[in-house]
Amino acid sequence: MVEKTKYDTADICDLLSVQNLNLWFGDKQILKNINMNTPCKKLTAIIGPSGCGKSTLIRCFNRMNDLIAEARLQGIILIDGIDIHSGKMDIYELRMKVGMVFQKPNPFPKSILDNVLFGLKIKGGMNKDQMQHKVEKSLRDAWLWDEVKDRLHDNAFSLSGGQQQRLCIARALATDPEIILLDEPTSALDPQSTTKIEDLLVELKNNVTIIQVTHNIAQAARISDYIAFIYLGELVEFGLTEKLVTTPRDKRTEAYLTGKFG
Amino acid sequence: MLLLNAKLTGLKKALINYANIIEGMIDRSMRGLLQKDKSLLQEIIDKSEPLTNVLEVEIDESGTNFIAQHEPKAKDLRIALMILKINNDLERIGDHLVNIAESGLYLIERPQVKPLIDIPKMGETVIKMIQESIDAFINEDAKLAHRVCEQDSIVDNLMEQVMRELITYMTSDPKTIERAMHLIRIAHNLERIADLSTNISEDVIFIVEGRVIKHGMGRAR
Ligand SMILES: Nc1ncnc2c1ncn2[C@@H]1O[C@H](COP(=O)(O)OP(=O)(O)O)[C@@H](O)[C@H]1O
Ligand SMILES: [Mg+2]
Repeated sequence: MVEKTKYDTADICDLLSVQNLNLWFGDKQILKNINMNTPCKKLTAIIGPSGCGKSTLIRCFNRMNDLIAEARLQGIILIDGIDIHSGKMDIYELRMKVGMVFQKPNPFPKSILDNVLFGLKIKGGMNKDQMQHKVEKSLRDAWLWDEVKDRLHDNAFSLSGGQQQRLCIARALATDPEIILLDEPTSALDPQSTTKIEDLLVELKNNVTIIQVTHNIAQAARISDYIAFIYLGELVEFGLTEKLVTTPRDKRTEAYLTGKFG
Repeated sequence: MLLLNAKLTGLKKALINYANIIEGMIDRSMRGLLQKDKSLLQEIIDKSEPLTNVLEVEIDESGTNFIAQHEPKAKDLRIALMILKINNDLERIGDHLVNIAESGLYLIERPQVKPLIDIPKMGETVIKMIQESIDAFINEDAKLAHRVCEQDSIVDNLMEQVMRELITYMTSDPKTIERAMHLIRIAHNLERIADLSTNISEDVIFIVEGRVIKHGMGRAR
């Protein structure tokens, strides 16, 4: 029998809930009244034309925009029901809970081992053995272990681009995050490495919620469970991927998916 | 990529399950007619055929979603497109089975015009044709698919035989006309099922060989 698809969004649990989110850089409003609930242990893709605010949006989720002086944010972001700006969750705790992987692989100029250990050392509370164990598990979960187990002390830059990106994923996984944010994680990679990362993400979502920015519609269609379409700072449409790519509700989504703009 | 393969396998399984249900319906329609079992025939109309309609929509949606999400190429694309076509053919077979069951219900209440020999033979042949066309689909076996296409003429010949015979009954005793018409309707619907099974096999050949053989195309090569 065909796997039954759920057409309602009743199964969405509010792991990450965004309420009336507005963001300005100086005078320019970048995000306009965004409301969305991100389903738990699913892969949500954020798509939209370049400059529409995708990266800015996911950077709100682990307070990366705090670093930008002219950024001003309004609205509420809840993770597990806790307001991330309320002081009930400090920024380190937040960044452990919400890992981030960028477009260009950005390992630290250190050994493979040290890269994965990095977050663990900050998090603390583990002895050497436990840390060793966790490193292996994270590298295994990122499908990298077999390729690096004999060279853990080599510099991370000696890895290929695809391997470096999987190392960044392992580094993010090491602190047991609930959410992993990925900003166009495969756009700097060759097709084979891209396929590998895509398959990896599909596997990882069994244990962690994934929010991925991509300008690659085909990729979003292939691997995501839900798609959020952003246009000019607005969340135009949010829905089940199979529904959104076959019968979008909004004309702007239809136009974007059929290449009419963007 | 892993997801694409898993989903394509899921679609194939759904289609195989669908074909099994249809085969069961043909078998029951023939048994209902031969054993004069009203409930077997009624069940086709009331339960089985409505179920096949639901299944068709399910497979159709899953297949459409699959193509939209995964943009399959080459053989993957041919398989996905043919799954949608075969799905549609199976649903039409379901409709023909309702016609057969209706005429069956009419006939089993009345005296037999003639012993049923050719019609059950047609039924057996079409079940075999569907089974083999689905086997050919699963195993991507073009040779088997070609053999299915050849069996179409067996059913056509049986159909002609039934017609000729019934015409003689009808001309000698007009009281048999209405019953004979129902028998012809059954034979005709079986013949259509054979045609649809042939379509399935032609689709399998397209999947495997990437060439169209229907409407006599490709036979000239
Ligand atoms: N640090 C910044 N200061 C001012 N404007 C910025 C800054 N970062 C991004 N922007 C602007 O915000 C808008 C959205 O950018 P971004 O979120 O990176 O878009 P996307 O990821 O969808 O391509 C763009 O117009 C961009 O120029
Ligand atoms: Mg961006």
